[in-house]
Amino acid sequence: MATLRDQNVGIPAEREAGTPGFLVDVISAPIFRNTPAWWWIGFTASAGLLGVFLFAVVNILIRGVGLWGIQIPAIWGVGIVNFIFWIGIGHAGTFISAVLLLMRQHWRSTFSRFAEGATLIALVCAGLFPLLHLGRPQYAYWLFPYPNILELNPNWRSALAWDAVAVSVYGLVSLFFWYIDLLPDLAAMRDKAENRWVKTFYAILSTGWRGDSSHWERLHNAAYMFAAIATPLVISVHSIVGLDFAIALTPGWHHTIFPPYFVAGAVFSGFAAVIIIAAGLRRAFSWQEVITIDHMENAAKFVLITGLMVAYGYGIEWFAAWYLDHEMEWILTIQRAFGQPYAFFYWAMIFFNVGAIQALWFKRVRRNIPLLVTICVGVLIGMWLERYVIVTVSLGYAYLPAAHEYFSPTIWDWLTIFGPFGLFLTLLFLFIRILPSIPMYEAELLASEEH
Amino acid sequence: MVIKMSQLFNPSVNTFARISILAGGLATAFVLAIVFGWQYSPYTASTGPSGVAIEQPVRFSHQLHSDQLNIECRYCHENAEYSAYGGIPSTHTCMSCHSQIATYSELLEPVRTSYATGEPVVWNRVHDLAEHVYFNHSAHVTNGFACETCHGRVDQMPIVWQVESLSMSWCLECHWAPEEYIRPIEHVYTFGYEYPENQTEVGLELIEEYNIHNLDRLDNCNICHY
Amino acid sequence: MPSMSETENPNNGAHPPSDESSSKTWRNIDEIAAREDFEDFLKENYPREHVIMRRSGLDRRSFLKIMGASLTLSGFALQGCAPSPTDERIIPYVRVPEEVIPGRPLYFASTMVLGGYGTGVVIETHEGRPHRLEGNADHPASLGGSNAIIQANVLELYNPDRAVEVRNAGNLSSFDEFVSAMQGAMAVSGDGTGVHLLTETITSPTVASQIEALQEAMPNATWHQYEPVSRDNIVAGAELAFGEVVNSVYDFSQASVILSLDGDFLSSMDGSLHYARDYAANRKVFLDGEEPEISRLYAVESAPSLTGAAADHRIKVKASEVELFARALAAELGIETDFSMDEAPWDSQTLTAIAEDLTANAGESLVVTGAWQSPAVHALVHAINAELGNVGTTVTYTEPVEVNPVNQTEDLRTLTDAMSAGEVGALFIFGGNPAFTAPNDIEFASALANVPFSVHLSYYNDETSELCTWQIPQKHFIETWGDARAFDGTASLMQPPIGPLLDTTRSEIDMLALMTGDDRSSFDIVQAYWEANYDGDDFDGFWRRALHNGVIEETAFEPMEPTLVADLAGAVGSYEAPQAEGLEVIFQPDPYIYDGRFAQNSWLQELPKPFNKLTWDTAMLVNPVTARELRLDTGNLAELSYGGEIVQMPVWVLPEQPEGSVTVYLGYGKEGGADVDAGFAFNAYAIRPSGNMWFGQGVEVSSARRSYTLANTQIELNFESYEEHPPVETASLSFFLENLDFAGYDGDTDKTLLPDYNADYAGYQWGMTIDLSACIGCNACMVACQSENNSPSVGKTEVERGREMHWIRVDRYYDADDDSTKFQPVPCMHCEQAPCEQVCPVQATVHSEEGLNQMVYNRCVGTRYCSGNCPYSVRRFNFLDYVDDTPILDELRNPNVSVRSRGVMEKCTYCVQRINSARIDANVENRRINDGEVMPACATACPTQAIVFGDIAESTTQVSQLKAQPHNYGLLAETGVRPRTTYLARLTNPNENLHASAEAESEEA
Repeated sequence: MATLRDQNVGIPAEREAGTPGFLVDVISAPIFRNTPAWWWIGFTASAGLLGVFLFAVVNILIRGVGLWGIQIPAIWGVGIVNFIFWIGIGHAGTFISAVLLLMRQHWRSTFSRFAEGATLIALVCAGLFPLLHLGRPQYAYWLFPYPNILELNPNWRSALAWDAVAVSVYGLVSLFFWYIDLLPDLAAMRDKAENRWVKTFYAILSTGWRGDSSHWERLHNAAYMFAAIATPLVISVHSIVGLDFAIALTPGWHHTIFPPYFVAGAVFSGFAAVIIIAAGLRRAFSWQEVITIDHMENAAKFVLITGLMVAYGYGIEWFAAWYLDHEMEWILTIQRAFGQPYAFFYWAMIFFNVGAIQALWFKRVRRNIPLLVTICVGVLIGMWLERYVIVTVSLGYAYLPAAHEYFSPTIWDWLTIFGPFGLFLTLLFLFIRILPSIPMYEAELLASEEH
Repeated sequence: MVIKMSQLFNPSVNTFARISILAGGLATAFVLAIVFGWQYSPYTASTGPSGVAIEQPVRFSHQLHSDQLNIECRYCHENAEYSAYGGIPSTHTCMSCHSQIATYSELLEPVRTSYATGEPVVWNRVHDLAEHVYFNHSAHVTNGFACETCHGRVDQMPIVWQVESLSMSWCLECHWAPEEYIRPIEHVYTFGYEYPENQTEVGLELIEEYNIHNLDRLDNCNICHY
Repeated sequence: MPSMSETENPNNGAHPPSDESSSKTWRNIDEIAAREDFEDFLKENYPREHVIMRRSGLDRRSFLKIMGASLTLSGFALQGCAPSPTDERIIPYVRVPEEVIPGRPLYFASTMVLGGYGTGVVIETHEGRPHRLEGNADHPASLGGSNAIIQANVLELYNPDRAVEVRNAGNLSSFDEFVSAMQGAMAVSGDGTGVHLLTETITSPTVASQIEALQEAMPNATWHQYEPVSRDNIVAGAELAFGEVVNSVYDFSQASVILSLDGDFLSSMDGSLHYARDYAANRKVFLDGEEPEISRLYAVESAPSLTGAAADHRIKVKASEVELFARALAAELGIETDFSMDEAPWDSQTLTAIAEDLTANAGESLVVTGAWQSPAVHALVHAINAELGNVGTTVTYTEPVEVNPVNQTEDLRTLTDAMSAGEVGALFIFGGNPAFTAPNDIEFASALANVPFSVHLSYYNDETSELCTWQIPQKHFIETWGDARAFDGTASLMQPPIGPLLDTTRSEIDMLALMTGDDRSSFDIVQAYWEANYDGDDFDGFWRRALHNGVIEETAFEPMEPTLVADLAGAVGSYEAPQAEGLEVIFQPDPYIYDGRFAQNSWLQELPKPFNKLTWDTAMLVNPVTARELRLDTGNLAELSYGGEIVQMPVWVLPEQPEGSVTVYLGYGKEGGADVDAGFAFNAYAIRPSGNMWFGQGVEVSSARRSYTLANTQIELNFESYEEHPPVETASLSFFLENLDFAGYDGDTDKTLLPDYNADYAGYQWGMTIDLSACIGCNACMVACQSENNSPSVGKTEVERGREMHWIRVDRYYDADDDSTKFQPVPCMHCEQAPCEQVCPVQATVHSEEGLNQMVYNRCVGTRYCSGNCPYSVRRFNFLDYVDDTPILDELRNPNVSVRSRGVMEKCTYCVQRINSARIDANVENRRINDGEVMPACATACPTQAIVFGDIAESTTQVSQLKAQPHNYGLLAETGVRPRTTYLARLTNPNENLHASAEAESEEA
């Protein structure tokens, strides 16, 4: 394997691996290096996909949600499925940087930055859908309380009203948390940058960070404070998304298990996403020594654990359906698993989310990056399907047999499914190009501790 | 770790930074103020600007007819009691007097033409409720709610303008407390009615008398929207 | 507005114009063409026409000349009453028409004619605009009830597709030009030789008198009648039995045992609205201490019919076997008839059991048959009823309702022969579309070419008008003065609440007046006729009553007692078993499109057919067993070859269809029919020979190896429904009397953690019951709701997606165990613990104190959460912009109901606009609303009064008393939502001995 020095052009010759500042060089190097070809290719590709997505969004806004395949009774489709999916992706970030911070899991630090970045980007994607999915998006602000000439307020009995609040709070807190964590590194970038404009850019972002002990002290306090705030949010956000379904009467939704089950699912898919991104960064920047294989394995363990929780959730759905002793609930559960045309989705979901991940029991698999990534991609697919099965398939099997309808996607549904990845990757590429994807100071800290 | 300081900005930037933070806050507050101001402003009400006199093809003066000549509202707006629409008098109604009075007045030229040709006079709407609001005149005037309450002192208007905002919150003021606005039937068409000191009790009695049952339902959506 | 004179049309200028430029009315085309802003004006108001003009590259003037009429229809002429979108202008009346109080509807009694027979209707108008039709309670053929076709007929009036201009050989012409041409053509022979008149069935006394006058003036002029849905068999049957033509009138209120031999008296028979009412009255169970009794219905049928679905016993046989059954029954009852039957195609006990039941109830039993059964069956039925002593009680005979009951098929043949022989110089076709509907062996269309002068008075540009030299647009009955007779002879008047929308249109009476050189107006002619035939001293009063009540008093026919021919057996001849091998094909009029005349009516096209819930298309019905043999499945395209002709049809596999036969429906594949847009034309007339107008043997069905998308509104047609609480609770009356509380969920649904809505509220509490024993599944309620509540039609592709907008739907369940079909109307349940209300984030749907589940369109943001949480899936969403903005259609809409925009949820409101207006009236008069004063559109339309609405807080109201009945149950009550709309279980009255055997069989199977 080529050494870091060979690859990371621009690392001063006198620096030796392990010496202070070495990791700073390693991590910041890619940013000051000329933009590599793979970045341009990846960026253009994702930007293209983003373009397609925007086309779809504009169309749907102008011509109406009727472009999707939704109907009565399957009234929620890809829009909501995507919303839950992307919120889920967002979960790992905060979980890693907040929960693991409180648990003093230092290995997390390497993950925290880009995981948190991914969270924010995922939230941007997720945030689009509640708006896009509305019949009259222009009135979305009615979901928030404000003094108005209609003397009307949101209906606080509706989980959607809670959603609006929960998601926006989660987004804000994540943003602040992430930014505060960035300050020292931004300052370091400012100091390393040669080009005056680049320097100014980082200087402004770093808001005059000088690295005084007082700065560091405040940084740590702030970090822990935000961690403390963010931790319950990790739970609350997806619990509330889960409640959207749990409080409803619809067969297949009416389950008390949903909130915890949704949170587990979210962290599950979130970690899968993080592993995929980490693998990418390792390869792209050859950070094998920064994001070590142990880090990857730890993440893999999380995937396995949360995966098992999700599997338990699936089990409970069957139990509840039987225990609830309502004919329609039972018919639905059977239909979802064995009835046409949906059985395929159900079993695909089971395969990816329950079957495939069992391989992670084995150390060899956990430490085999290509295999690990494949499994994680599977998990993402599986989790998307899970939401599809819960949302759309359940709705299709309404209480009254006479009302049943099957959801069939239109071209716009497909665009809505794949388009967001364009947005996600575009922002991700920009992020890794402009900001240090790994907290340099913490990496240094970690390194020094290890010495 | 050692960080070497670079003189990128001069100290003044610090003050600038502080000011910009402050300014940011103020700006947000300002924008919000505008937004709320906007929705409460009578000029931007969906029902059209209130307090603005609307020119009409015929310079008809309610002041003259209602106040000085003391003609009752119902003479021209006869449907108010029977129908949802207050009703605009037909040319025929105008001519019933003006074939004798002021027969050659310049002002009445459009009316005479209309009468002759059968082409209606096109008046400009002053009170224009949104399409999704169903207001019924008969339900109000027959239960002791006066013209004046919503239309203001029309008898003092040479040219009519909209007095109230006709916004939902304005409607609710009364639908939540009708006893404050109700008056004896015989005063429905009077202008400048003085509410008694003990209006609330009087009001409640009148509500009893006119069988306006179950006040709770007066703010049901379906009362006005369907 | 040349087309609307002040007096005729009270709504002249009742509404503001849509903008200043259009607020003036135009005296002539040049004036419009002269406008500078013409292009923009056209562009914004009439986009379609604008495009046409661009494409055609015509200059303004000639463009307007061509488009003139259609523009008129699409609103030019109606500017004066086009509703105002945004502007702030008000236009008062110049002179207020009598009786008109702006904002209050006016009602006019009139008569709608279908197949010649009249049904009394009431036209509701707002500021002079006809807005909906209801049945006329005083008219025997309606009794206040109506059906889908009546309800949807008001849309015909405004239908943008209707013919709008006088055309000569396809070119735009004028009526004056026509008149001169006609006089020329008729002058050829003074005595009317070569002058032929082809009408539809005529029952109108006035028209009859006019035709008489014509034939006096021109002795050799001949009059023909033709309708594809003819009564030839009925007429022939009567002649067989009595030697004279008589009209049978039934009294189902007297009938305790009914046998229908393909006699669909609930939907397709003349007077079916009346019959359905009487029948249902005998089927409703109301426990008030006395032992309840309900009638029993046996249906022997060859094609699925509402009567068969309602029957306690449905015996499915081939159409040709119905005659066999009739003969066997006659024999059983001791009537001599000649037939041989080696093995009965029905279960052995059935016939004997039915015979016993009939004889046991002699005098109050009734046997009926339908237009598509052979004359022999009709004759036998007459004999059987006589034998059972039903004549005079459940059956009465009167003189024929038709002015001249002829065999119309033969009549058309005669005419066609004359045409081909070149003997026809001038042909006047009033209504109908014979070029399309003629039997395939009567070459009417091609024969038309030999006629030098032919006129078609028609409502649409159809196949016939294309082929005629002249085409005159026809008036809608709402624009017409006229009269017609009902099934029992009762005559009633048509009175137009508005003047004709188009001055180009003419009515039958106008045309006949023209031909006879009578220059009176149609009003004068009709009035003059009745004045001449009135022998009292107060004609004005008589006339006023006739107009007001919608019935001309003492015009119902007197019963007569025709005597059966001595040798009936000889008369009906012997039974020829069908020779030809292979399947049997059955032709039936479409339940809603009828013979094709309503193919352009989007409400009827989108109305789900009762049995397969199919919209926008027709399909050939095949029994599952037969389908398996033919290797066909629903959605396949099949080829029918019959008598050498071949036609393609999509297949629908339906258990209600008897084995060994296929049913095809007439009326589809018509030029301009909405179903034709797809490029397919499923025209059943193409294989319909004059010899077998209704059914025939030896049809060959093969797969066309193609599939065809059918849009139906209920995909789970044969879903194995739940056992515990089936949606439609069904039991035999006897079972019910032993287990009174068998229906529904009897657990406690009052427990709830949710805050109850204002329970101590003292005012009205609205509620509804739907009697499933009375619901016959006719779908009248669906169209009534659509017309009352401005619901849009969404088109085939949207229905395919499952986005139909009907606020009330009629679910159909098929029970394989006892081969029964059950219908269940499902409106909003207005749940007391409405799940939709919990979840709407913006309070767009909330509960009213009166127990209504309110939907506030203007607050809705379209999260659709409410719909996802509705157990009944009764909410409807505007996925796209469904409002048809053709200006003319604004005139149709109910001014008291908002038109919903894109992205807004909507649903049944219990017709809150009616509740409110009733409450305001009551309030103005200082009283409470009386029971029955408020009725939602579905309830008023229901022919069987199955839907009852009212105040459930008041124990004396009908609805409260029904809700107190033991067989009253809430659909999905176990979910604890406490529905305000409840159902009365479907109670049947099966014949015990037959019931047992049926069960035995089903166990064997």
